[in-house]
Amino acid sequence: MTAFLNAIGYGHWVLDALLVLPLLAALLVMVTPERHAKHVAFWATVVEFVVSIGLWWAFDPHMSGMQFEVIRPWIAAYGISYHVGVDGISLFMVLLSTLTMPLAVLGSWKYITSKERAYYALMLVLTTGMLGVFMALDLFLFYVFWELMLIPMYFIIGVWGGSRRLYAAIKFFIYTFVGSLLMLVAILFVYMTVGAHTGVYSFAYGHILANAGLVRQWTFWLFGAFALAFAIKVPMFPFHTWLPDAHVEAPTAGSVILAGILLKMGTYGFLRFAIPLFPHAAFDPTVSAVVVTLAVVGIIYGALVAMVQPDFKKLIAYSSVSHLGFVMLGIWAVTVQSVSGAIIIMINHGISTGALFLLVGMIYERRHSREIAVYGGIARAMPMFAAILTLVSLSSIGLPGTNGFVGEFLVLLGAFQTHPWAAGIATSGVIFAAAYLLWAIQRVLFNREPDAENAKLPDLSRRELVVLAPLVACILWIGLYPQPILHRIEATTSGWVAQMRHGMPDAGLAHGPAGEDAP
Amino acid sequence: MNRPFGVDLGTPSGIALALLPEIVVIACALVLMLVAAWRHGDERAERLVGQLSLVGLIAALATVIWFWASNLYPSRTVPEMITLDPFRYALDVVFLLGAIGTVLLSLGYLGRERILVPEYYVLLLFATAGMMLMAGASDLLVLFLGLEVMSVSVYVLAGIQRRSAASAEAALKYFLLGAFASGFLLYGIALLYGATGTTNLYLINLQLRGGAGDHGLMLLFGVALLLVGLGFKVSAAPFHMWAPDVYDGSPTPVTGYMATAVKAAGFAALVRVLITGFGDAPGIWQHLVFWLAILTMLTGNLVALAQRNVKRMLAYSSIAHAGYLLVAVACGTTLGGSALVFYVLAYTLMTLGAFGVLSVAGREGERDVRIDDLSGLAKRRPWLALAMAIFMLSLLGFPGTIGFIGKWYILTAALGAGQQALAIVLVLTSVVSAGYYLPVVMAMYMKDETEPGTIERAGYRLGAGARAVVFAAALLILAFGVWPSQALSLANQGGRALRPAPPPVIVLPKD
Repeated sequence: MTAFLNAIGYGHWVLDALLVLPLLAALLVMVTPERHAKHVAFWATVVEFVVSIGLWWAFDPHMSGMQFEVIRPWIAAYGISYHVGVDGISLFMVLLSTLTMPLAVLGSWKYITSKERAYYALMLVLTTGMLGVFMALDLFLFYVFWELMLIPMYFIIGVWGGSRRLYAAIKFFIYTFVGSLLMLVAILFVYMTVGAHTGVYSFAYGHILANAGLVRQWTFWLFGAFALAFAIKVPMFPFHTWLPDAHVEAPTAGSVILAGILLKMGTYGFLRFAIPLFPHAAFDPTVSAVVVTLAVVGIIYGALVAMVQPDFKKLIAYSSVSHLGFVMLGIWAVTVQSVSGAIIIMINHGISTGALFLLVGMIYERRHSREIAVYGGIARAMPMFAAILTLVSLSSIGLPGTNGFVGEFLVLLGAFQTHPWAAGIATSGVIFAAAYLLWAIQRVLFNREPDAENAKLPDLSRRELVVLAPLVACILWIGLYPQPILHRIEATTSGWVAQMRHGMPDAGLAHGPAGEDAP
Repeated sequence: MNRPFGVDLGTPSGIALALLPEIVVIACALVLMLVAAWRHGDERAERLVGQLSLVGLIAALATVIWFWASNLYPSRTVPEMITLDPFRYALDVVFLLGAIGTVLLSLGYLGRERILVPEYYVLLLFATAGMMLMAGASDLLVLFLGLEVMSVSVYVLAGIQRRSAASAEAALKYFLLGAFASGFLLYGIALLYGATGTTNLYLINLQLRGGAGDHGLMLLFGVALLLVGLGFKVSAAPFHMWAPDVYDGSPTPVTGYMATAVKAAGFAALVRVLITGFGDAPGIWQHLVFWLAILTMLTGNLVALAQRNVKRMLAYSSIAHAGYLLVAVACGTTLGGSALVFYVLAYTLMTLGAFGVLSVAGREGERDVRIDDLSGLAKRRPWLALAMAIFMLSLLGFPGTIGFIGKWYILTAALGAGQQALAIVLVLTSVVSAGYYLPVVMAMYMKDETEPGTIERAGYRLGAGARAVVFAAALLILAFGVWPSQALSLANQGGRALRPAPPPVIVLPKD
């Protein structure tokens, strides 16, 4: 495989192709007849996935730096370039995105009945935006992609969403916009300051990272601006209030993408930008304590609120707050295990929560209700559905043997070394997760049916099985044999952790053992 | 670029050459006045005058571009009344593009609204010539002349819809307050003359450099009055009170013209005076502009939120954008000047486009277009709605559009000049602006028509000219949003010209 990829020069064009392909496909969708739009979009996303999958083999797991880099000048006079690349962290975010997109398109097959061309074109533009965020190695370019994916999502929620879609759409937009504009000021400030001191005005990530020490005296402000943008996106408690609205009102595919990919941009932003550029602020004892506390609060709060939701979709939305809390805890624990675990949770959450949203969408298409109380006893009518929902829920809970277990286990293992108290409390989040999901499954699948109609629901169609099968396969594969993934993440995370620990010898990590925790 | 060649501004032929773009516009206006007197009263005559005015404007644009490309410079080293520099050319291009766009929008609009006054185009040309004088002035008196030529023409344009009470009210309000502002400006010039003994900006600069630190009260008052006068023209808060009523009452293409070119001219004069004349003494004016900028951004954005009428919303949004431009002025650096030049271009494109869409959205004889009237536009007129959405997103400063590059440039200039507070206020108020630009997008795309048939009744017949303006603006917004390098470098030339370095050797005139 590797030889074949080398023969076609895969590494030189793959990232460009991944970014350009969806845009071309979007144009193509706009000119195809309305009823064929979804077919074009589906095959485009499948091609995109096939193109991206080569990264799995072409990626060199022993390198901790960037791979497949492409640099081209864009606005050369101001040091802005088109500069993309992937490392072990972004690799899986890219693969997760390209895997999710065809499933999201298939999941919209019957749900979207109006203005299909525009819908699928926006989905494809969104793909470029998301991939761009994960690949960009130029802060200006990153910002452009970061904002770019806002517009398609805004339209997807606002045009094809549920009854309160306008409110949800504008809330989503404005929350994200506040954070990102302050981040823009911070990016420009770093650019100007670094430029003034080094004489090289450039937005290149490497250049700014190497000279980040020059902004040391403003590090708290700058970290704050970046952190706000990312914390809103994650979303961390108490910035999460846009999430339930957006997730619930968005069409199924919108929720899948929001939960599966967009939330990861927040945690990815912390890993790639906010923390490496401003380690002194990020791991300052106070900041660190605040972040870890908020992460733990998010874990518990998200789980408790999920428990009392009568709306199945909202329940899943709140469970995201809880899961992303684990990611934040893992990142701030700064051990190789916890950071690897955090990345694994980012992948898992995309798979499991994506699958849950798809499942809810499937029963919504049958009964046009998201209320848990409407369902009950549908396991008899829909045995396939019941089996898959149960499996996915168990993975979301973190049952050993499923993917969810691997990530949470690693995070807690790592976090116990540096933040034992927080890790201890966070563990209870796993128990809460079991409570809210199992209870929800019981009420949806079993119990007595409140409505005779439930007994007549058709089971999953072939299309729906095709949508779910890859996700189920990933759940079991990552759960049973995560080694290939861990292997590809490892070099990057240990490089990252070593760099962070080296960067701030005195701050924040004094109470944690360093160095000896390589697995 | 060609080899630079000097123009001797001391000779009549030199002056005539240096003023060639203005002369082209004015000559065209004079000829058109005759044409208008000859053939008056019917729509065909009016269209003819409009088309001829386009010819004049395009000829002037060609002259300006020729000037820029051939790199003229004044050969004598005494201070002149007018400048030959990229700043002037860049602004001239903006004014002329704005005027061309306005003429194209007006061609269909005037006929539809039964405004059969061919002098409309003549006034438009005179106003444009005035603006060009303002951008080219290096002497306060020339600047004042330009300002008055422009203002008087625009007062009349605002009231050109004689039968409409709102239009008459707009014209009267604009005239009374504008005359007052001109008075302030003139008094400020007089005080500056008293304080420095000259009205030439380069000489004022030299005076201030010589007598550093000694800024008498007369000088301070002079600058303050100048700021009031020009602040009025650019509708900076707290001198913005006239803007919403006047914008609302004037014919839509005129509103577009006032919001873009007139504002750009005010800013051209403002930076020319402050950076060229008072650039070495920022202590006198910088904190004033700082507060003007903050107040303008806050007022414009917050009040715009409460508007339901699209034209009034755009009026307040234009106040908000005046605030962003004031941030560029407050930098007091040439980078700020460059950012201003670029943003003026960006702002002209997006605002003119938006007014272009509005000019066809208004029902005949009815001046109110509420945001809800745009509901469902995407379904009926997808391209028009797409263009409007691009204008709104660009005004919002969204990446991929010129509005984003413009804001980014202003932010860079502000941070480079150490104005962090202004940068932060700018982005926070930009967030507020999402609250009034997005509802337009939402109405078009996410709501259904409130009452069926609204759109049919509203007409939405774009003439060929208006269509050209709207789609050219939308395309340019996207093109410059993705490939801004060329435009940025031209804007940069313009900004750098504000502080000629090394400063010209100036021989004081013997008096």
